[in-house]
Amino acid sequence: MAAKKSQQFDPVETLHAIEEKFEMVQVLNEEGEIVNEQADPKLSDEELQELMSRMVYTRILDQRSISLNRQGRLGFYAPTAGQEASQLASHFALKKEDFILPGYRDVPQLIWHGWPLHQAFLFSRGHFMGNQMPEGLNILPPQIIIGAQYIQAAGVALGMQKRKKEAVAVTYTGDGGSSQGDFYEGINFAGSFRAPAIFFVQNNQYAISTPRELQTSAKTIAQKAVAAGIPGVLVDGMDPLAVYSVTRDARERAIRGEGPTLIETLCYRYGPHTMAGDDPTRYRTSDTDSEWEKKDPLIRFRKYLEAKGIWNEEKENEVIEKAKEEIKAAVKKADSAPKQTVTNLLEIMYEEVPFNVQEQLDIYKAKESK
Amino acid sequence: MAQMTMVQAITDALKTEMQNDENVLVFGEDVGNNGGVFRATEGLQKEFGEDRVFDTPLAESGIGGLAIGLALQGFRPVPEIQFFGFVYEVMDSISGQMARMRFRSGGSLNAPITLRSPFGGGVHTPEMHADSLELLMTSQPGLKVVVPSTPYDAKGLLISAIRDNDPVIFLEHLKLYRSGRQEVPEEAYTIPLGKADIKREGKDLTIIAYGAMVQESLKAAEELEKEGYSAEVIDLRTIQPLDIEAIVASVEKTGRAMVVQEAQKQAGIAANVVAEIMDRAILSLEAPVLRVTAPDSIFPFSQAEQVWLPNSKDILETAKKVLTF
Repeated sequence: MAAKKSQQFDPVETLHAIEEKFEMVQVLNEEGEIVNEQADPKLSDEELQELMSRMVYTRILDQRSISLNRQGRLGFYAPTAGQEASQLASHFALKKEDFILPGYRDVPQLIWHGWPLHQAFLFSRGHFMGNQMPEGLNILPPQIIIGAQYIQAAGVALGMQKRKKEAVAVTYTGDGGSSQGDFYEGINFAGSFRAPAIFFVQNNQYAISTPRELQTSAKTIAQKAVAAGIPGVLVDGMDPLAVYSVTRDARERAIRGEGPTLIETLCYRYGPHTMAGDDPTRYRTSDTDSEWEKKDPLIRFRKYLEAKGIWNEEKENEVIEKAKEEIKAAVKKADSAPKQTVTNLLEIMYEEVPFNVQEQLDIYKAKESK
Repeated sequence: MAQMTMVQAITDALKTEMQNDENVLVFGEDVGNNGGVFRATEGLQKEFGEDRVFDTPLAESGIGGLAIGLALQGFRPVPEIQFFGFVYEVMDSISGQMARMRFRSGGSLNAPITLRSPFGGGVHTPEMHADSLELLMTSQPGLKVVVPSTPYDAKGLLISAIRDNDPVIFLEHLKLYRSGRQEVPEEAYTIPLGKADIKREGKDLTIIAYGAMVQESLKAAEELEKEGYSAEVIDLRTIQPLDIEAIVASVEKTGRAMVVQEAQKQAGIAANVVAEIMDRAILSLEAPVLRVTAPDSIFPFSQAEQVWLPNSKDILETAKKVLTF
């Protein structure tokens, strides 16, 4: 006799029920109006101004970086415009002692965490001095291998737990990165150890050209957290207040010993994947572009701050001028770095130079002293 | 002094360094309560607690990443990869990440990780457990690769590896784990990385080997002695970086050399040693430098293992060719 259907576990219904739960958190709508009082982080006026300044500054940095790249004065560069709320509002909820393990597009968070701008430029130019981390700065250089930083973040977080630090490990990848095995291993390890980590997926809709729909049949990336037994959050990645709010909550949970959180930020990169020849018109339409541009994080935050009477054109221009000047100075400083040699690189392979490297070092020293 | 097998000497080294440095952490699949599938971590969790000796979820890449993250928090991780045939799962963490930590950060960060893993043929394991994959490691700048051949060496080399500030891949031959006992001091002692050891002195021929092939080479050397030939056996101990000075000094003395590896001929640790001898000691040579290796197939299913693996007879045969050239 068949059991009654109502008593059976229905896997399809269960899946849909779980997926329905992952609603996008939004605080500030596209018009700059608070739509979710409960999730409003209630930042002070100074904090709101500071966050706005950082977003404006970083938009300028992106524009200048693209133009410097086109002039041949910067090397590898992955544009960031469109992702300011995802990147900077999440970072704004962190503290100095938190450790950031970035992907290659996450240079802005590193800079606001204390990575000197001229070093970011040296990194872009492929100069090893760019990645020489100042003492006490809790960051890794941008990771190139998609997902590798996720498993390392689990390790940093476990180490923080063992050291009894009041700090979290924070890592970023993209929608493409969420398909990597290391993505799942990272969230699963951190979950298993209840380690204080925050895993961000900046879902900017395309992994180079491959659309988000092709990455997974999961309705959201945030729901992948369920498989690892950790909280997952889907957030409007163009909304700085929502991103800040969910990051702050995740950080508090981690510090309380409640383990890691996966946060998916829905966002968009306006520019190409990198400046090395990617042409977004091959895989997305200008309609899609303009649809997302309407959601722009700077526009809605500017509206919100202006309505509060704490932002205006003059303030914004001050930030823009400051950014331009600092970028100019940083480029100059990067220009003054000594020429990189193969000798430099051979010397840092090991703590003590082994026999085989020493022989080659002697050859390159002679070559490069000519 | 106590009589120990190699696996006991390894446990003893781990214990010694865990006592010596509270930053040393041991972790991997089944290394905690179970003491490892070969009991290499037997008793460590009981003595040092779950905070320092712990099981991980089953994912080699995750274990490698965990080690890197822990190193960034000032720990000295000693992860275990349960069998080195599983290394493909953790290749990025090893070659793409820990080997490059110092380089990538312009010398400002390092990864003092000792990744231990058993490997090696002759014990009838299933597929992907016994392969000699050390070439994958030695071809990666930034790593050191150690393969001990005796209990005494295993303890001293492992302590050096753990104290080293660069990543070390420490490969433990399965057949050697319990194949013999040796006096091993109870206190801490180190054997320098990058230094070979003359396991038997001789004047007519230099046999260069590592891992389980050291014992096979010593057996062959005994047979050669019966026939009036004096063979020197050099145990490389560290296969990256190579102790080129020791190799060259021996070849200059004997004038004849051969290299033995358990890996396939195309997995060229031996080829590299031969090239170094050509570069530096060709005028001392009375004969070509020959190799004894496994054939260039994938490591065989276990019924063909005994024929596939190089042994003392193969070594003896090749030695005679070199000696009578």
